[in-house]
Amino acid sequence: MLDEHLFRRESGRIVTALSRIFGLDNIALAEDVAQDVFCRALEVWKLRGVPQNPSAWLMKAAKNRAIDLLRRERTASNCVPELGRLLTSEWTMVPTVNELFSAETIKDDQLRMMFTCCDPRLSEDAQVALTLYLLCGFTIGEIAGAFLSKNSRIEKRIERGKKLLASSKKLFDLADVELASRLSAVHRTLYLLFNEGYHGASRTAVMRTELCREAMRLAALLLENDLVASPPSYALCALMWLHAARLPARLDSRGNLVPLANQDRSRWDARLIERGNDFLDRSASGRELSEYHVEAAIASLHSSARDGGPDWERLLWLYDVLMKIRPSPVTALNRAIALAQKDGPERGIAAIRAIPASEQLASYPFLPAALGELELRAGRADRAREHFQAAAALARNPMERRFLESRAEAAIPV
Amino acid sequence: MSEFVYLYRGGRRAESPAEGEKQMQRWVSWMQDLDAKGHLKERGQPLEGEGKVVRGKGRSVTDGPYPESKDIVGGFSLIEARDLAHAAELAGGCPIFDADGVVEVRPVMKM
Repeated sequence: MLDEHLFRRESGRIVTALSRIFGLDNIALAEDVAQDVFCRALEVWKLRGVPQNPSAWLMKAAKNRAIDLLRRERTASNCVPELGRLLTSEWTMVPTVNELFSAETIKDDQLRMMFTCCDPRLSEDAQVALTLYLLCGFTIGEIAGAFLSKNSRIEKRIERGKKLLASSKKLFDLADVELASRLSAVHRTLYLLFNEGYHGASRTAVMRTELCREAMRLAALLLENDLVASPPSYALCALMWLHAARLPARLDSRGNLVPLANQDRSRWDARLIERGNDFLDRSASGRELSEYHVEAAIASLHSSARDGGPDWERLLWLYDVLMKIRPSPVTALNRAIALAQKDGPERGIAAIRAIPASEQLASYPFLPAALGELELRAGRADRAREHFQAAAALARNPMERRFLESRAEAAIPV
Repeated sequence: MSEFVYLYRGGRRAESPAEGEKQMQRWVSWMQDLDAKGHLKERGQPLEGEGKVVRGKGRSVTDGPYPESKDIVGGFSLIEARDLAHAAELAGGCPIFDADGVVEVRPVMKM
C-alpha cells in the first residue's frame, strides 16, 4: 500500500533539487516538472503496481526529466550561475545532476530552502505558507483550509513569496553571516506551523495532525546539520515531541476534545515523551535560554505529572520565566491558570482580569473558558455558564465548540 | 479459459496528486483482485498520449493517433476469462469508469 503522504513529501524534495538546477527564479518550472513526474508515476503504477521503493522511483524519474530538459535547452540561461557551466557541458552535466539528487545533497538543500523561505522581508504568515507550499508539498487549497483563509489570499501570499525568492536567485547559504537571525526565524516558522496543527483553526483533525508531522519532520532536519543543531533547535524539537506525545489522548472515542487534566495518560506516546526529554537534555547547553527551552520544560513537567497534576509551583515559576523572555497574552493566561491551581480560583480570576486586553485574546475561546472553570470551582455556576457560552461562540473548530458547549451544560446548577 | 485484451480508452487525468493517488489505489486493488482470481495474464503497459500515425501508400506520417483525447488508448492488459461475456463482466470493476473512460474488451484470436 502506498503511503498517502508520499507525493506531498517527495514534492518538497523534488522541487528543492530542481530549483537548485534551474534556479529560484524558475520555481514554476520545478513545480511543473514535479507535477508531471507524479502524474506519470500514477499512470504507470496503475497498471504495473506500486514499485518497492516509490520514493526512489520518483526521484529517478525527476532526475531523468531534469536531464532531458537540460539537453533540450542546451543553454546556461535557465540554470543558476553557480552551476551553469557544469550543467551545460555533457561531460559534467549527468554527474552534477546525480550529485544534486543524492540523498545527502537533497537533505542539505531542503535545509537551505527552509532558510530561504524564512526571508525577513516576508511576514511570518507568508514564511509559514511558503514553507508549507515549497517544502511540504501542500496545495494552495490545503494551506487555505489549514488556516481557514481564502484560496485567493494564500495564492497572493505565495506568489509574492516566490517573486521575492526569485530575486535572490540561489538558496540561502548556511555559511552566511545572517545565519543566526535566519535560524531564529526558521524556529519561529516551525513553531507556528506546529502550533497551527496543535491548536489551529482547521476543521479536520487529519489536517492538523499533518501540520504537526511536517513541522516535526522539518525540525528534525535542523538536528542533522551541525551548523544549525543549536540548543534552541533541540529545545524546539523537545517541545514538539512532548506535545505530539499527547495528541492521541486529546480526543476521546467520539472525537471530543479532552482537557489535559482529564486525559488518559496511558494513551500518551511513551516513545515520543522519551525522545522529547532526550532532546530537552541535549538542549541544555550554551548560554541562551530560549522560549522553546521554557515551553519544552513546561511540556515535560506535564508529561511526567502524576494523578495530582504537575508541580504547580514549578510550573508557575516556568511561566514567570517565559513571561520575561517572550511575554504574550496566551502565556499570561496559562500563568494565571497555574496560579489558580496553586493558590485557589479567586487568585486565578484576579490574574486573568489583570491581563491587558488584546485583540489576540478577545477572540481566544480559552480565556472565557478558563474563567468558566475557575468560577465553577469558586461555586458560581451561573457565571461559569455564561463564560462557557461566550467561549463556545468563539470556538475555532467543531471540536472546540462541542467541548465548550458541554462545559456550559455541565455548569447548570442542580 | 480464453484470452482477452483490455484496451483502456480515455478517462480524465487526475487534477491533483491527491486525487490521482486515490484513482491509482483503486486501480491497484482492482488489478490485485483480478490477479488473485487468476484472471490477470499480463499486467500490460501504459501508453504515452502522443504518437505518430503512418498511413497510405505514401507512408505519410502524421501526429496521432486521434484528435479526440477520449478515444486515445492509454494502456492495455491481457486477461483470462471463460468467454467474452465473462471478460466484459470482469471489466465492469475497472476504476476507469469513475473518470468517464472506456474499457474495450477484445478476444485474442484463437488458433
